Amino acid sequence: MSKKLIRLVDCCMAFDGELVLDHINLYFNDSEFLTLLGPSGCGKTTTLRIIGGFLTPTSGEVLFDDVRMNDIPPNLRQVNTVFQRYALFPHLNVFENVAFGLRVPRREGGRKIKLPEPEIRQRVLEMLEVVSLKGFEHRRITGLSGGQQQRVAIARALVNRPKVLLLDEPLGALDLRLRKDMQSELKRIQQQLGITFIYVTHDQEEALAMSDTIVVMDQGRIQQIGTPEDVYNEPKNAFVADFIGESNILDGIMHEDYVVEFFNRKFKCLDSGFAPMEPVDVVIRPEDIDIVPVEKGQLRGTVTAVTFKGVHYDTIVDFKGFKWLIQTTDYHPEGETIGIVLNPDDIHIMRKSEYSGMFGDYSSYSEEYEEMDGAEEGSGDEE
Amino acid sequence: MKNRRALFAVPYVGWLALFVVAPIVMVVLYAFSSAAGGFTLENFSRMGAYAVVFARSFKLALAATLICLLIGYPVAYMISRESQRFQRVAMMLIMLPMWMNFLLRTYSWMSILENTGLLNRLFSAIGLFRLINALTGANLEYFPMINTQGAVVLGMVYNYLPFMILPIYSVIEKMDASLLEAARDLGAGSARVFRKVILPLSLPGVLSGVTMVFVPSVSTFAISKLLGGSNELLLGDLIETQFVGTAYNPHLGSAIALVMMVVVVVCMAVMNRFGEGEEQAVML
Repeated sequence: MSKKLIRLVDCCMAFDGELVLDHINLYFNDSEFLTLLGPSGCGKTTTLRIIGGFLTPTSGEVLFDDVRMNDIPPNLRQVNTVFQRYALFPHLNVFENVAFGLRVPRREGGRKIKLPEPEIRQRVLEMLEVVSLKGFEHRRITGLSGGQQQRVAIARALVNRPKVLLLDEPLGALDLRLRKDMQSELKRIQQQLGITFIYVTHDQEEALAMSDTIVVMDQGRIQQIGTPEDVYNEPKNAFVADFIGESNILDGIMHEDYVVEFFNRKFKCLDSGFAPMEPVDVVIRPEDIDIVPVEKGQLRGTVTAVTFKGVHYDTIVDFKGFKWLIQTTDYHPEGETIGIVLNPDDIHIMRKSEYSGMFGDYSSYSEEYEEMDGAEEGSGDEE
Repeated sequence: MKNRRALFAVPYVGWLALFVVAPIVMVVLYAFSSAAGGFTLENFSRMGAYAVVFARSFKLALAATLICLLIGYPVAYMISRESQRFQRVAMMLIMLPMWMNFLLRTYSWMSILENTGLLNRLFSAIGLFRLINALTGANLEYFPMINTQGAVVLGMVYNYLPFMILPIYSVIEKMDASLLEAARDLGAGSARVFRKVILPLSLPGVLSGVTMVFVPSVSTFAISKLLGGSNELLLGDLIETQFVGTAYNPHLGSAIALVMMVVVVVCMAVMNRFGEGEEQAVML
């Protein structure tokens, strides 16, 4: 399993003197579903294009099976890409789009070898079946729906049996339901074929749902690499904590191993290895907080807003001027004073970083939601 | 009216009816009538005498179109690969000659191509004729360039080349760059990307370029008159003489114009069908 297929060693990329990738070190294992996750402009698409061969890094090395690939053009690389807006050939039908890569003569020992037509036909039809487009081979591209075009794009890339498939926000242009369907479909295809997927997205839910490994990026740097559980449960810094899921991020002080202080109160936690009295960021996930009657609470606060979300209520609670988001299934009306209890495993400690103090307070909660809505609408045109 | 904005089209529709449809109807009426009035096919039966002019016109126009395509396509393609700034400057340079009067441009070719014109004087000055004469024993004083079919084709190419470059350029320039990336990604080298993606997708531009060069070339009269002399009469000249020339006969002129129009329209229809057919064939 864990064979390193592709490695990026100290890759930097600058456009017009502006650094978009800042010393990226990353490797990709055989048969893994790896997601590059981050906001627009974080360098995730640039990273993908470097692997695909459309960009040459300003410095650093791209290694495929330990062979330097920096200057090898895309057509000579054993990876294929599913492009953001599919980039299907409008003058070819579904069959010919998928067959495009198979019809390119391969060079073997100085001779050009063409695949025989029956084999091309068989492989194309097989692949169309994999992406559930059986019977669509004579259709025109322009007559297909977004989801169908998406499947053609995936089939066109996969039919060449690449070792690695690169996917650049492939579901960005689809509506929510279709996107969910395609997520599980992509995961199924990846497992069925057992090849490496490198997937670029800005959608954290998508990343959590599909990936074996998530690489969180921001400002051209890797912020954290880990399994979905790792990056959600043990975020490395405030950026990761904020970008993935909802989180309350507070300033704290680590008194000693397993003891942290915030809001002038000491709490037990599960983290160790910090210097005595080291300032830290404390992350508390909204769904981990238990609301209790005031007298039993470790902290007390006042409810300032409640939003019904279906499964739970988003409850904003003011603790001495710092607003928390708490997600509960119990309704607590605005103005009610409540107490909360934090268990040691609800408290996650992070070292201070350049992102400290930038996120975590929910005073501007509703505005943040509006921003997120806007981001979703515009997501198709990103980067 | 369903669409109120359709009202804006009324002036143009009126214009079209008055200055396009009506003249065509008049040409048809003239073509099928005699000077005395009354229906006749005589105008068409007399046309056989001009078959050679028809053949020459189509041959030269075809040659000019082909040359324009061979020059224009690579130019359009290469310009579209360059930076935005380069593209703007290049387009301006291509349009530049068109700011000057058409006749003036063609006249200046006369003074270049004449027996005692610029080119021949240049050849003479560098001793080209002396060299050839010494080598072959000929007695050459100049290259006869003016009043040849070659000169006419040159004039057509010179004047109509921008009409070939522009539509091809605009199609290639608008082509989605990710399509080319996708083709490369699927293993195609530059030549294959061009053959399998760029060329088929630029076909609409080629078709409209071919139309825009061929149609004016086949009906031109000024170019052939100035650069082809009296020997290389084209359809345009023939028609002109029937209307304003010595051989005044608007009925015959109309008949010739009508036949030419029909032939051109049929050519274009066939070509467009062929272009579509190619697309469909790949689609199938």
